[in-house]
Parts: sequence; structure tokens; C-alpha cells
Amino acid sequence: MKLTICWLYGDTMNIYGDRGNVMALAQRARWRDIEADITTLGSGEKLDPDAVDIFFWGGGQDREQIPVSQDIQGEKGTVLRQTLEDGAPMLSVCGGYQLLGKHYHPYGEDQLPGIGFFDAWSEAGPERFIGNVVVESERFGSLVGFENHSGLTFLGPTAEPLGRVRVGRGNNGKDGTEGCIRLNTLGCYLHGALLPKNPAVSDFLILAALKRRYGVEELQPLADDLEMIAHQEAVRRAEVTR
Amino acid sequence: MTFDIRLGLAIAAGKLSALSIRRLGRGGGTALPGIVSNQLDADILDKLAARIPGGSIVVAGTNGKTTTSRILAEILERAGLGVIHNRSGSNLVRGITAAFTEQVSISGQPSGQIAVIETDEAALPEVVRRTRPRLIVLLNLFRDQLDRYGELDTIARSWQAMLNELDPDQTVLINADDPALAAISEDTPAKRLTFGFQQCEHTLDHLPHAADAAICRRCGASLTYRELYLSHLGDYHCEQCGYRRPDLDYGATDVQLNGLDSGSLDLSSGDATLHLDASLPGLYNLYNVAGAAGAALTVGMPDWVVQAGIGEFKAAFGRIERVEYHNRNLVLVLIKNPTGFNEVLRTLAMSDMTDPVMIIINDLDADGRDVSWLWDVDAEHLADVEAPLFTAGIRSGDMAVRLKYAGIASERITPLGDLDGAIDQFVEAVPEGHTAFILPTYTAMLRLRELLHQRGVVQMFWEQ
Ligand SMILES: [Zn+2]
Repeated sequence: MKLTICWLYGDTMNIYGDRGNVMALAQRARWRDIEADITTLGSGEKLDPDAVDIFFWGGGQDREQIPVSQDIQGEKGTVLRQTLEDGAPMLSVCGGYQLLGKHYHPYGEDQLPGIGFFDAWSEAGPERFIGNVVVESERFGSLVGFENHSGLTFLGPTAEPLGRVRVGRGNNGKDGTEGCIRLNTLGCYLHGALLPKNPAVSDFLILAALKRRYGVEELQPLADDLEMIAHQEAVRRAEVTR
Repeated sequence: MTFDIRLGLAIAAGKLSALSIRRLGRGGGTALPGIVSNQLDADILDKLAARIPGGSIVVAGTNGKTTTSRILAEILERAGLGVIHNRSGSNLVRGITAAFTEQVSISGQPSGQIAVIETDEAALPEVVRRTRPRLIVLLNLFRDQLDRYGELDTIARSWQAMLNELDPDQTVLINADDPALAAISEDTPAKRLTFGFQQCEHTLDHLPHAADAAICRRCGASLTYRELYLSHLGDYHCEQCGYRRPDLDYGATDVQLNGLDSGSLDLSSGDATLHLDASLPGLYNLYNVAGAAGAALTVGMPDWVVQAGIGEFKAAFGRIERVEYHNRNLVLVLIKNPTGFNEVLRTLAMSDMTDPVMIIINDLDADGRDVSWLWDVDAEHLADVEAPLFTAGIRSGDMAVRLKYAGIASERITPLGDLDGAIDQFVEAVPEGHTAFILPTYTAMLRLRELLHQRGVVQMFWEQ
């Protein structure tokens, strides 16, 4: 079996160690003897949905997000939205998460349209949320990461949050939610990188991809001792730093 | 020279507070005296700098400024000059002021003939404005830790503005292998000199992940590298507009690494070539050697003094330090950002070492609170190294996971957690008589030195 992981706009939206997420997906596939290819898809490049098993879309500076927002309009965005609606798994963080919503309004710039996959919208906020985060998620248990964003995301009535913030500020600092989940696609503000310290999320994405392409129903378990040490350490660190 | 009463008072207050901090045993006493002096006389740094007969040399860059400025100070001292130098790595305006006040008499008479000032990237424009240096040495501009991402452009712009306001009697010596430094220094009215690697067999196949994409500042196209040596440093050109690396006034050839201990290069300027041996490991240190030697030659130091100063130089505090402890030789190497970390790992990987390595990651303000940056480091360099790997510090687990996902078997990775308990466990894992490497982040280095000091092994840095 083989999985192709596509890093959307990996050449420009790659801050804050986000490539750790791509590494986690690839390694956890390989440790199960599943081949893993990593590709990137940049501005001006056509998306072939059948060639991709898992998407990753990371964050960037506002200045990098503007051309990406333009590139994702039209057919490319429509194809991406339909692929996700068809059940393709994706992890999106920060800037990528914002562009999966209806729109993002950066400070002092025109509103950037998103692809409208999430019933959510984002706008620049007055302060920057920086620090360790612990989220309680029904599906994944506790999630740990590091937030660093001034954009605020608000969920619409049909959107399901990824979880509730136990430590940290989350989507907007007001309603206690963090991230969004729909079908097999997750969006959130958690850097860290997220997946290496939250292996349940990696495995959710990998299983969704294998199910979709090969009809696989369950994953071979892996020893996650080191991951759990790092996870617990991050929980304790969040509790004492915020 | 007339006696400046305010200046005299400021210097006296600065000296007294340095003394009392040391008596209280609070640490190196490096920044507070500067704050005290600045309050009494805001122009103190300008006044003192103007009184140094041989002028000032300012050294800046993301990586290597401490090592480079220390090598340079060593060379100048060897030539018999009294050197005023912010030796303990206090490189903001107030730390520099503190170093100056300590090294002048109460009447404001400098005790040295020349100053070597290591300065923080963000502080450089102010330091240059206030000290009006004869020579400015610019080493490199890398992405620093995460909390500071996005500041790189801002710093490059502020450096460019500073360079554009220099006078023709000032000189800048830049590392021309860094395309950003070459670009921002193009229009300076000062005399521009360059150093870099002319020929070196240690090259990279592609830009490391931690490096910023190298873009031609003239036309915006991607730069092509004829040779890439370290991060984004190399011999580059633009295929679209023809822009290329400037010619090198000081070009290093025959750049050699001798394992973990030393390296050498030949530095050519004009028709003359100077062979330099250094007891410093890694390509990044050979860049520092080339920069320091170029600076020393620029201010007129004779060849033999440059050679001897570099040959005798011992690494600066916090960068590389060797410690004898319980019959083990511990080598401490500070890691402070992805690029520095990459180069340390690359050097370790080239050495076929089998003795244990401990990486200590903290996440306090000075380390970067977000440990995401570990994922920008190419820990994959260690995948083929036989050495057992230990991790420690506040983020011991994060580093262990980073190593695991780099393809290192979990059995070879031991997370030890809290540094206070980890140090003895680690030392026990090192066979007696062997050498072991310890790679701490900044605050981990400080704590490590404290722990070793309690065990009676390390002199505190201001006692050097
Ligand atoms: Zn060009």
C-alpha cells in the first residue's frame, strides 16, 4: 500500500515547524510498512484529487496568505472542497485553517475569500494569542500544541469545534472552542508540531486515507511511549505557563 | 582633556554596581551597571567611544558574533593593544555601555586603544550610531527562533538604512556568501570589503529546510548556487538578471575540517595567502575565522599576529566549552536556533562518533517558548550516527520525539527529563576517559554550568 501526502503551498506556508506534521504522517505510515510519498502543490499548479491521499495545509504570514488566497479561488478551490466533501483527510493549521472557512479578513487589507468548506470565518484580532494550549476533544482526548495567532475564527451554527480549550485561548478567546472538524478534515491553531505529540490525530488521518483508497478498517498499533512522554510534558507545561 | 563630571559620576556608579553585584554573587554583573550608567548620562557610550584612540570595531550576525569578536580581540591583544570588549556576551546597548564603563578610568580615560563590540542584530543600528565604528563586520542573517520569525526582513531593512548612512571613512566587511548581506550593502557610502569561501569541498546538495529561500533582491527570481556551503551561504548567482556574489577581498580556499576538534583554511587577499589553523570545529566556525582574520587584516594587523591569535584561540563562553568531570571530557555546545543546531549535528555526524550525546531543550523566553522550531532542524543528520542519544530539560520529551521521527530507533533514545537529575545519569553512561557532547539551549546552558559549578568543575564566565 502507498499513501501520497500533499503539502499544500508547502513552499510558502511552512512556518513554525509545521513540516513536523508531514513527517509524522509519513513516518507513521512507513512504520506500518505502508509506503509514503510527500509532494507539494504550489501556486499555479493544478490539483489532481485522485493523486492525493492526505492533505496538509500550514500557516504563513499575512503577506504569504494573500497570493495563496487568490490561487485557491475558482476551479482549484472547488476541486479541493469537493475532494474534502468526498472524505479526503486533511490537517490544516492557522493560515490554511482560515482559508478553509468562508473568508479571512487580515488587518488593513481586503477580505480574503476562503473555499467555504468549514462554516466559519476569521478576522484579524486586536491581540496576539501566544502560548501552550491544551484542548479536550471528544474524539481524540486531550490535544497539546502551541498557539501563536492574532486572527480570530468564529464558527457558524453547523460547524463542530475540534474541542474545548482547557488551557489557552483557542479560536477566538471568547467561546472556549478550538479548531473545527468536518468529515475527515481538521482545522486548528495548534503548532508544536501538532501530530508528533498527538499520535491519535495522525492515525485518524492515516486510517481515513487507507479506508478511502484501500478499504482498510483498522491500523496496526504502534508503540507511542516517547510521544506520550512529550504529550504529558506539554500538558504540565501548559498548566504552569498560562 | 577636560574632566566631564557627569561622565565621571556615571562611570563611578557603573563600576560600583558591577562590584556590588559580584559580591552578592548574583551572576556575571554584566547588564545592570550599564543601566545605572545610562541613567546618569544618556550619552555615556557616545562619549566613551569617541575617546578610544584606535576606534571601534562592531561585529554583528545571527550566528558566530561572540566567537568572531573574541577571536578578533585575541588577535588585537596579541599585537599589544589594550582591547575594550564586551567579553561576556552582553550585546545590547546597556551591556556594551557596562563593558565600556568598566574599562575606563573615573575621568573617562579609556584603558584600551581599540574596542571590539559584539552587538545584537536589533541593537546594531543604535550601537553604530552611538559608537561610530571604523569597521563594521557583518557575518550572516539567519532565521532565529520561532518567537522572532518575521523579524528577519525588519532587521535586514534596518541594517540597510544604517549602512546607507555611513561615511566614506568607515569600512564594512561583509560575508559575501550571504546574499542578503551582499544586497543590503550595495549602496553604502562606506568602503565595502567582502569575505567568503572561494573553494571548499564540504557542500550541501540543497537548501536546508531551516534556511530562507534565497531570492535575488534585484529581480525577485530564485538564486542558483554554484556551491552551497551552509544554510543559505554559498557562491550564488541569478540566472534571470545576472546578479552574482561580489568578488571576495578575503577568499578562503582549501577549507578543511579535522574531525570535531579543529579546522583550517587559506585566506587570500590580493596576491597574499595566509594559512590559518584553528582549534574550532565546524564550517560555521571557519566562517567566523575568515571574518575575524579579514577584520584584523583590514585594521592593519600583521600576518603572523593573525595566525598566532587564531591558532591560540579557545572557544568563547557558551559556544563550545570543554570540561573535565569525573574523568570524562564533556564538550558543551550551545544551540540557539535551527541553523546553529543543524551545523552542530552535521559536524557530529561527520565524525563517526560512538560516545553518548545529550541534547537539552528548555522553553523559557531566552530559548524560544515554542519548541516547534525543533521540527525545522534536520535531526536526520544523526540517523546514521552510532552514538546513544539522551535528551533532557523542560522539553526533553519533544526532543526525543523529534529524534524518533528523524528515523532513529526508539531504543537508542533516552529521555531523562529534568536537567538537575539528568546530568549525573548521563555522565554515568559515558565510559571513563571518553569524550561526550552536550548540546543545551541557552537557559539550559546556564543551568548546566550552575550544576557543574556546584560539583566543583567550572569557573564562572566572568572569572575567565
Ligand atoms: Zn536577479
